[in-house]
Amino acid sequence: MVTASKFSRMDESVPRRLTGTVDTLARSNADKTRPSSGLAAAESASARKARAGSDLQLTLFRVSQWLRSPRPYLMLVGFALLLGGWYLTVEVLRLPRFAEMPGLTQVVREWASTNPTYGVSIHTHIYYQHILISLRRIAVGFALATAAGVPIGLLLGWSLRFRQYVFPVFELLRPIPILAWVPLAIIMFSGSETPVIFLTSLASFFATALNTMLGVKSIDRSYVLAAQCLGASRWQVFRHIILPGALPFIFTGLQISVGVAWFSLVAAEMVSGQFGLGYLINNSYTMVQYPTIVIGMLTLGIVGYASSAAVRLVGDWLMTWRVRELATGGR
Amino acid sequence: MLMARTRGALRIEDAVKIYDPDGARVLAVDHCSLDIAAGEICMIVGPSGCGKTTLLNAIAGFHSLEGGSIHLDGRELCGPGRPKAEIGSDRIVVFQNGALFPWKTNLENVAFGPIVQKSMRRAEALDKARQLMAEAGLAGYEHAYPGETSSGIRRRVEIVRALMNDPTVLLLDEPYRALDQLTKSVMHEALLDIYYRNKVTIFFITHDLEEAIFLGHRVVIMTSRPCRPKAILDVDIPHPRDYGVLTTRRFRDLVQETSAAVHEEALKAFERGEKEG
Repeated sequence: MVTASKFSRMDESVPRRLTGTVDTLARSNADKTRPSSGLAAAESASARKARAGSDLQLTLFRVSQWLRSPRPYLMLVGFALLLGGWYLTVEVLRLPRFAEMPGLTQVVREWASTNPTYGVSIHTHIYYQHILISLRRIAVGFALATAAGVPIGLLLGWSLRFRQYVFPVFELLRPIPILAWVPLAIIMFSGSETPVIFLTSLASFFATALNTMLGVKSIDRSYVLAAQCLGASRWQVFRHIILPGALPFIFTGLQISVGVAWFSLVAAEMVSGQFGLGYLINNSYTMVQYPTIVIGMLTLGIVGYASSAAVRLVGDWLMTWRVRELATGGR
Repeated sequence: MLMARTRGALRIEDAVKIYDPDGARVLAVDHCSLDIAAGEICMIVGPSGCGKTTLLNAIAGFHSLEGGSIHLDGRELCGPGRPKAEIGSDRIVVFQNGALFPWKTNLENVAFGPIVQKSMRRAEALDKARQLMAEAGLAGYEHAYPGETSSGIRRRVEIVRALMNDPTVLLLDEPYRALDQLTKSVMHEALLDIYYRNKVTIFFITHDLEEAIFLGHRVVIMTSRPCRPKAILDVDIPHPRDYGVLTTRRFRDLVQETSAAVHEEALKAFERGEKEG
């Protein structure tokens, strides 16, 4: 599930990078015309200003290119097919398998209703409470997983000794499905909140740590040697080579891990917890409130997409060099 | 003919390097001795896998030696009791595939050495870097990332990055291998231009004989593994040189004289099935 969504995202970003080429060229031309004398501080400020101006142009250019390409319209067709299929099978054709399924119009009416039959719609306070509580758990769980996963992954990649101690254990624990951890999580942690957060962060932690380790190992050895030649100490090599060099893999890991976090969160909320989208779905099922199940599912889709888009944005912001390298066709 | 220079005399004596993967004990460098004068461009030519890079790595301090010694201006880099030289910014390597840090702009790359060594303040280092880049014809590429610049420009930036540290010796490991012939010719003149202004000792590994004769004061032809000088050619074409040299009779003669020796070693390496690298 996670991989599929990742691929579709890569697909859509390819043409965006191509359209970026024009602007990157314009941008480097702008750099060239700038006088090369003067104070360093003043110059970098003017460079920043020039870049900010061209960033806006770049965005506008991309949007107009996007609207002129067939992609937005194909996307609409894709959504129309999904929703139309749902509408047809459940509400028009009333196929036997789909008899109990909530229909499209029923779900939309319930979702938008000011007075929903089952108590959950965009006009109710409880709907946002479920979303907020899930989001908060994701934020805490993902932050914990990242705070532990990135340093441990860096150490795994950087120190052979540490890897020899830890990696076998790591590889044994990693394949254990998150649901198998549920009973232990409930026994270990008191209350309903801590086990959920533990479960949410656990699977993300493994994804982040593993990708970070691979990121460190992916760094060309000649970068490290070159830095040492130029006089960098061990710490400076770590700071200037290992960390930025591993960043592309770290962010691939974080994109996977935020998806994994949602996956584990919903599993955990279904088992324990009194709020959250997973709880809402499971509770609606036991209470036979079928439209609310679908509202919960679609909401998960939206917030899940938004959270991984946010991770990607942070990554692009931290790795301008990579965005620009890819825009010019890479190496 | 050689530019007067007091720093950068490199003396390699009886260097021995043995690789020991799975107890196979491969002799990579066998009692290799070589004297390189201060400010000399010394070109090392040999077939793939002959152990040229091993020698370079020993000078740079990336590898240890099993025997022999290397001195730089009379100071022992490595020798008995100190098998591995310390890595230092007096000897800077320019790598085969380039090692500009892709996450730093070209300017930040060039300024990297003095900044991490704390020998200059950041603004000062950036100013000097900008100046050196301009002198090397690289003005306008300061704020681009290496990944956005052509491979020829990247090689030049990397050499300027090395020169920022005022090194005694530049160690170049087939830096132009991946470039096409036309870019190469531009790079050769650019390198000579930089050399005429800095006159640093250059230890340059290549397997392109014409490149070696065009650039070098001397061309050292290495035997196929184990690596040892087979023949040393004094190139008596006066510096400064430009690309006109390539069409002169003397240049052609020198290529002809030496190509047989190089071919012989290449054949040996080929028959042994050496991997490229």
